[in-house]
Amino acid sequence: MTTISEPVVLRPRADDGGELREMTRLEKAVGPEWARLIRGIITNPLSVTGIVITLAFAFIALFAPVLAPPPNENWPRMQIPRDGFRTEPQPPMSEWNKNAPMRVPWWYRNIWPRQESWVHIMGTTSGQYDIWYGVIWGARTAFFASFVVTTLTTILGVIVGALAGFYGGWVDELLMRVVEIFVAFPFITGALILASLLTPRLGRSIWPATIALVIFGWTGYARQLRGDILATKERDYVLAARASGAKDSHLMIKHVIPNAMFPTLVRISLNMGSVVLSFAALSFLGIGLPEGFADWGQVVSFARSFIISLDTYWYIIVFPGVALLLYGLGWNLIGDALRDILDPKLRGKKA
Amino acid sequence: MTAYIIRRLLILPIILFGVTALIFGMLQVLSPVERSALYVRDIPKTDRQVDAVITRYGLDKPFFVQYWNWLVGTVDGETGERVGGVLRGDLGYSRSGREPVIDVLVRRLPATLELAIWAMIPVIGFGIWLGVKAALNHNKLFDQVARVFAIIGWSFPTFVFALLLLLVFYARLDWFQPGRLSTGFSQEVIKPGFTQYTRMMTVDSLLNLRFDIFIDALRHLIMPVTTLMVIEVALLLKITRSAMLEEMRQDYVTTARAKGLPEKVVTNRHIRRNALIPVITVAGLTLAGLMGGVVITETVFDYPGIGSWAAQAAASLDVLSMLGYALFSAVLLVAANLIVDVLYAVLDPRVRLS
Repeated sequence: MTTISEPVVLRPRADDGGELREMTRLEKAVGPEWARLIRGIITNPLSVTGIVITLAFAFIALFAPVLAPPPNENWPRMQIPRDGFRTEPQPPMSEWNKNAPMRVPWWYRNIWPRQESWVHIMGTTSGQYDIWYGVIWGARTAFFASFVVTTLTTILGVIVGALAGFYGGWVDELLMRVVEIFVAFPFITGALILASLLTPRLGRSIWPATIALVIFGWTGYARQLRGDILATKERDYVLAARASGAKDSHLMIKHVIPNAMFPTLVRISLNMGSVVLSFAALSFLGIGLPEGFADWGQVVSFARSFIISLDTYWYIIVFPGVALLLYGLGWNLIGDALRDILDPKLRGKKA
Repeated sequence: MTAYIIRRLLILPIILFGVTALIFGMLQVLSPVERSALYVRDIPKTDRQVDAVITRYGLDKPFFVQYWNWLVGTVDGETGERVGGVLRGDLGYSRSGREPVIDVLVRRLPATLELAIWAMIPVIGFGIWLGVKAALNHNKLFDQVARVFAIIGWSFPTFVFALLLLLVFYARLDWFQPGRLSTGFSQEVIKPGFTQYTRMMTVDSLLNLRFDIFIDALRHLIMPVTTLMVIEVALLLKITRSAMLEEMRQDYVTTARAKGLPEKVVTNRHIRRNALIPVITVAGLTLAGLMGGVVITETVFDYPGIGSWAAQAAASLDVLSMLGYALFSAVLLVAANLIVDVLYAVLDPRVRLS
């Protein structure tokens, strides 16, 4: 892109009228920039919804062993237990015969006092995988995928973007050509192919898809940060630090990167949601994960053999599908609100 | 502007070189023995046969030698003929399609193009219309609703949405079916009486004056097109909206208003014209976005294009088909990028002059 974004500066809001006022407790604790960010997020109903949704998923992931107890102590946790091998899926609340967990969780007996045996709360897929177990433990897969992929892509993108933006010249030219090469692949196509090639090498696990999403996912961060650094490094305080003899590495780490990072925050938050969608899409296509791994995309993929009678077996799509949608929605709502708070073009304007 | 276009064209070979190197680099994940299986149709049985293949195709040679061989092909030691070579159009043999990769690609491409074109029209129309309307009603009800819809569309997993469509409109109501044509018609289009000019069913049926087939083809396109729309409209809406909002704050808008121009003229002649420049370039890129989106959409709707072929190839580790698809979509995307950049320069004098 040829447009250079405006420098992102965070200072007290324009609608404060420029008057001097006492610093709030929040501002004293975290500084004015973060204070504005936090205040913006907790006062916007959309982002509050997003935070609530995301916290709910964190709760589900954390308490997965209580919500969906594994059949026994030595059970490989991420493997969905199956009630036999029959093809015909069972509807929600049907009885769990084989391979049922030893202990019926206490909360379940409190809700339905007369029920003594454990059931398939959300039904089963073909091959009798328990959907409830897949949805609950799938939250852990989702958090794992989004945290690992987002962290690694951010680190990779920040390094490349920072080098390109800070040094400019041939370093910039070279790195940006590399970015362009990666961008030449439609994201999901590149990830699909790399994940599929990595599967025989790494074995069926969570890693092939994760690595593939990292390799093809960092370019957005690099481009974004490069632009922001180009804008930030011309600012007075950076020039002042340079004039006072600061080294390049000190300038970058202390002054340029922290101040250019805020737009990247928005991207991180939006990516947390979209990574899980891509990850689920890959496992829906049968790439990477072993069969029966607790993952929302995998559970949905069991519906593919019942296209003509989907209305009977709606529970195979709807429960994990809603989980996926809500998880992505949670992060996107937070990211969208963050963008509004941080976007200098929209700030303080009552259009 | 000529200098700018020339500069873009000069970078092009570098990017294409990088793209092919990256594709070939991904292949290096497999060991020489695994790769030897890609070059021969019958899987070699003994170690000696495997070794022979590895030596013959130089699969144990350094990366750049192998890359060069892959690009231009190798000369057969016995016959002296040049075999293989991506640059010569030989993308290898598709295991899942049981024919050369290039043939599968050519045969399946029209179906995907048809889908992509039918999806482009409503995506661009709706996306721009909604984006402009949302910006003009900034922070009012329409804007908020559009925004929430965009976020939901953005968060919706494509395959779940597609399956929900199938649940309601196929399994329950039986209004639309998956696939490309109903069984009866798909028999009819391969009969001698029906000429396949473009291999795009909606076009061919009209050229053959078969309106019943046209309607049938359209009915099969509705669900996949809707699925592709949900994601892409959200993206275009977002971009149009922020481009409009940015132009609305520019000084020339204030000037136009100060001159006493009616609001309609200010909006249509000044704001929208300038805001649509970046939007048009993004619209060009949605074609590329659709090429990625078709992988999932075609798979769920059992639509016989290159997307579902790529998904099958990836699931069954048909490596050469996958690489052929990757190469094709990358070249398409690079071309789209180039056209978009040039278009941008033509439309926006600010780019030309800087």
